[in-house]
Amino acid sequence: MNEESIKNTIFQLLKRIAPEHDPSTLMPDENIREALNIDSFDALQFIVAISEKLNVDIPEEDYGKTATLKSLMAYLQQKMKS
Amino acid sequence: MISFKMPSLGADMEDGTLVEWRKQPGDLLKRGDIIADVDTQKGLIEIEFFGEGILEKHLVAEGEKIPVGTVMALIRGESDEITEEIPQENIPDQEKMVEPAKVEEGKIKVPVASPQKAGGERVRISPLAKKIAEAHQLDISKISGTGPDGAIVKADIDKCLREGQEKKAKAKTDPIVTEPRYEPESKLAIPESEAIRKAVAAAMSRSNQDIPHYYLEKRIDFSKAMLWLKEANKERSVQQRLLPVALMIKAVAKALDDVPDLNAVWEDGLERKNEINIGFVVSLRTGGIMLPAILNADTLSVDGIMERLNDLIPRARAFKLRSSELSKSTFTITSIGEGGADKVYGVIYPPQVGIVGFGEIRDEAIVAEGMIGIKPVVDVTLAADHRATDGLIGSKFLASLNKYLQNPENL
Repeated sequence: MNEESIKNTIFQLLKRIAPEHDPSTLMPDENIREALNIDSFDALQFIVAISEKLNVDIPEEDYGKTATLKSLMAYLQQKMKS
Repeated sequence: MISFKMPSLGADMEDGTLVEWRKQPGDLLKRGDIIADVDTQKGLIEIEFFGEGILEKHLVAEGEKIPVGTVMALIRGESDEITEEIPQENIPDQEKMVEPAKVEEGKIKVPVASPQKAGGERVRISPLAKKIAEAHQLDISKISGTGPDGAIVKADIDKCLREGQEKKAKAKTDPIVTEPRYEPESKLAIPESEAIRKAVAAAMSRSNQDIPHYYLEKRIDFSKAMLWLKEANKERSVQQRLLPVALMIKAVAKALDDVPDLNAVWEDGLERKNEINIGFVVSLRTGGIMLPAILNADTLSVDGIMERLNDLIPRARAFKLRSSELSKSTFTITSIGEGGADKVYGVIYPPQVGIVGFGEIRDEAIVAEGMIGIKPVVDVTLAADHRATDGLIGSKFLASLNKYLQNPENL
């Protein structure tokens, strides 16, 4: 899966959680949860959805690496390679 | 006869519009069956029935807007089977935070149906028993009745079913004609954010006008709870992971068990509730809040509470809750979650007598055993009704809550 399709998957899932926002306007270093107003429950739902969709295991101690678009992309790419 | 009334789904609800009857006259109703869909300020709500009986008659037509407490249907219950008294129309116009359906004391004489026994002998059976027997394809001529004059009553049918005699008694012919199951359509009325806003405004204004709130707060060391959660989540798949709030809800339920005066309602006096049903504030993305209840939270495990949250929160946000989930809460929790305010002082949801607020879990310097350390803490507040309890009770509650959160493995 290339970078573009990972990004599209992320946007799709974010759109489902926060339909009134356009995730493509997110800045790479912006905190996703703050920008899209996502609470703890929806944040967990997002992690569940992304790990199911991309078939990666995201342990709880790695949640910090999923905070911004840039860090999340890097984390997922590295996870999917290994 | 049971009068099935438009339930109150909270202090802020005045009326609702019947959208669809899910049960028809003649249908057998079991505990927890969904009888109707009602459009309210809180969305299209599935109204449940908490008794047993046969739906006798609809009294309200689909599309009608009716006030809370209006009798919507008559249901023939077990107590109506073979009695002498005349029904008494005694229907209060307001029914407050109680079960959606209330059984009236008045009884009615109901004719006892008399199908022929095989040998020409008549079988006396009550209508409810007959309906249940039909649903289970029982041959009633093979059941002996224990009611008046040997009539078969519901207890006899229950006994027959319990003992597995249905196999023996099962009629050989007549396959069950199952009714098509109702499929919810997508005509769901999503209440406009303005309606939700109005509902919140009404409930909160009433609270502020009627309830003399007192406030207490306690900073709780959350390090043991966080450690426990971390370990617990290592063993769980991502779908089963726990959020801190699940632990908080369980601890609150146990603390309420210790301090039952807070698990109560105030209706011209303190009325303690037997069940501990925790209302949980869910904020809506479009503004406003919903308060679905986790029923019997004290009897659920932390995993069980998390499961309920996983079910309730998305349904609350989609305005698809059931009447019991909106009407039965006995206490409320509001939790700020990550990245928010340090403390939250709640406004009590009437007629409840307390609300507990959890601020953001954050690291703070705290003193423990003569040492200063940095630990995760959570500031917990209690707003309680001073008519119902005093500060001492509230203080006991927070101390008890603290005790449980220091021993998360026992929750």
